[in-house]
Amino acid sequence: MAQLATAKEDGAAARPAAGSSGRKPFRLSTLMSIVGTMPMIATAVGVFFICIIYSFVLSFTNSRIFPAFGADNFVGTDQYARLWSTGRWLVSVNNIWFFGLLSIVANMTAGYLLAVFMDQRIKQEDLFRSIFLYPFAMSLVITGLVWRWILDPNYGIQATVRGWGFEDFAFAPLVNSGTAIYGLVVAGIWNGVGVTMAIMLAGLRGVDGEIWKAAKIDGIPTWKTYLFIVLPMMKGALLTAFILQCVGVVRVYDLIVAMTQGGPGISTQMPAVFVIQHITDRSNVGLGMAAATMMLLPVIVLLGLQVFVQWRANRVKENA
Amino acid sequence: MKKFAVVAAMATALLGSTAVNAADVEVIHWWTSGGEQAAVSVFAREFDALGEDKWVDTAIAGGENARSATLQRTLGGDPPGAAQFNISRQFEELAEGGLLLDLTPLAESEGWRDFIRPAAILDVCEFEGAIYCVPVNIHSWQWAWASVPAFEKAGVPLPKNLDEFIASAPKLQEAGIIPFAIGGEAWQIGGAMGVVMLSQLGKAGHEAIYKDRNLEVAAGPEVANAITIFKSLKTFTDEGSANRTWNDTTNLVIQDQAALQIMGDWARGEFAVAGEQPGVDYACIAGPAENPYLDTGGDIFLFPKQDDPAVEAAQLKMASMMVNPQVQALFNNAKGSLPVRDDVDMSLADDCMKAGLEILKNPDSVIQGASIYLNQDAIGQTEDLWAELWSNPDLSVEEAQQRFVDIIASAD
Repeated sequence: MAQLATAKEDGAAARPAAGSSGRKPFRLSTLMSIVGTMPMIATAVGVFFICIIYSFVLSFTNSRIFPAFGADNFVGTDQYARLWSTGRWLVSVNNIWFFGLLSIVANMTAGYLLAVFMDQRIKQEDLFRSIFLYPFAMSLVITGLVWRWILDPNYGIQATVRGWGFEDFAFAPLVNSGTAIYGLVVAGIWNGVGVTMAIMLAGLRGVDGEIWKAAKIDGIPTWKTYLFIVLPMMKGALLTAFILQCVGVVRVYDLIVAMTQGGPGISTQMPAVFVIQHITDRSNVGLGMAAATMMLLPVIVLLGLQVFVQWRANRVKENA
Repeated sequence: MKKFAVVAAMATALLGSTAVNAADVEVIHWWTSGGEQAAVSVFAREFDALGEDKWVDTAIAGGENARSATLQRTLGGDPPGAAQFNISRQFEELAEGGLLLDLTPLAESEGWRDFIRPAAILDVCEFEGAIYCVPVNIHSWQWAWASVPAFEKAGVPLPKNLDEFIASAPKLQEAGIIPFAIGGEAWQIGGAMGVVMLSQLGKAGHEAIYKDRNLEVAAGPEVANAITIFKSLKTFTDEGSANRTWNDTTNLVIQDQAALQIMGDWARGEFAVAGEQPGVDYACIAGPAENPYLDTGGDIFLFPKQDDPAVEAAQLKMASMMVNPQVQALFNNAKGSLPVRDDVDMSLADDCMKAGLEILKNPDSVIQGASIYLNQDAIGQTEDLWAELWSNPDLSVEEAQQRFVDIIASAD
């Protein structure tokens, strides 16, 4: 965000300067655009940039509740050393990769299939779309709580099926530390698949009808058209859905609190829960900020990768 | 539509202005279960009866959530008028940072030092000679609650210590009873482990580890024993234990579905509400050991500094009200806890409570909980460790003990 905003600013400032070597006519619209973007620039710099630097610096101190920047408060990379020797953090990191990969893949696949289903000119499309989108409108706390009840062995699916006479039926993923994370994934998919579908459906509808006609004439089966022709043409929609999912995964917090509180034991702990708990109740801001910085790292790598890819693409365009 | 919006805005503005007048004191606490609610109502009622000032109740479910809210709001410059914490080091940074109202003049004029006992519970309120909080009750963790009918059904006698219990657990299981009831929340697991640990270490060992940070004791055979016992207790639980609250868990013992729960003496309130008789329907086993020790945990209230002198006056009034002997009697009878002063009429105390009072009379069997000696960060680390040990059978006794030693070594 910050990069984008400042890049635009630079461009706007540079152009008139290059156009005339002497006095340039100062246009009102330029001023207005600068004034107009000021709040955004201030937010981007103030909130994102400064706060991130602040957290980063804090992570090298032994701050507890209050930020402490005294000379003897700086403890080097002690917090990071402790972080990476903390069993709970290691479990959290493993969990987020596992949860992220599983739920993103499942969400994207199911979302695309649902979108294709909706694309069949079915009756009541509006109704179905609302039904599928509905979970997304609900708070993750509600989602988590509802799924916790559904998956509870004493009054959820397991109890119901057993009530029908299947005494040996066992389906209670949340009570077992090995399977609890799958319970979270299920709830995550239920929550996220609708919005993925909506974005993909928009992408599908954006594909030119002529393509479909051409594919028909060439005798390509419908499923092949969807998979090999239409899918690559909706990169934008795919990327949007993917990024939304990624953001949801990195900050997953409320779902955990509502469904498992990180349990059984510490088997469903997530980095965001670790950070929040350490900067509040545990009164160890230094460690919490070290954890937050580690959470930022993959995001920066991803962003860097995206910037690099864009830069490469622009270079290729310019050379062509 | 527009008119409606204006009216609504005015209504909210009015509501806002009536809710916050000068002498309103907002109190954050986490007393939300039936017995707890009854107890906190005593405070609210007594405070409102004192005069114009009003008790504004902000109950937040879960101790950790309530404490976080207080800490964040105080740091953010919007402190509540009063807030509940445990008798521990949870709030020491607020006191050190000068964010709390100094209660020393009040404490001195009322002579808190003379009547609040044991002295240790007032010590946690003291920083650099000034008193910043009011202890309101005493709770101990070291109790096991047993269902008498469940043990009778299995044909085994009530256990006197944990070894006996583990020996009889398979028989309970055969009789279709959940031998060991526990809720899978980190604080319940950590608390139960603390009790198991103390039953093995005794007072000397407990103080050696937490007070003196003696790593040899932490790496010694008693801790290894405790971890082994804890791991075997896990094998006697039911599968519904994950995420179960403590009072739902107590309810299993009340309904004789489960045989035994390790839980602090606040569980007594649940048995009382259910109309159970001690000795007949349920048994309270102190320790659980032949030679029981009790810690003197409990709750305190602290009063973040306010700009408004009217609120400050009300805060002082509230602090004074909380240690008033009559309020102490009413409050603690409702809560099922022990009062912080001796001169309180406890004629309503039941047998379990009397047993507790008897143990507390002997200073050799009274200990200070780990949270008095370790800060919340280190306590949290031990809780994480015990929670992991609980859920992960592959974590060996040796490794768990080594990690425990590391936590104690680095604890502040």
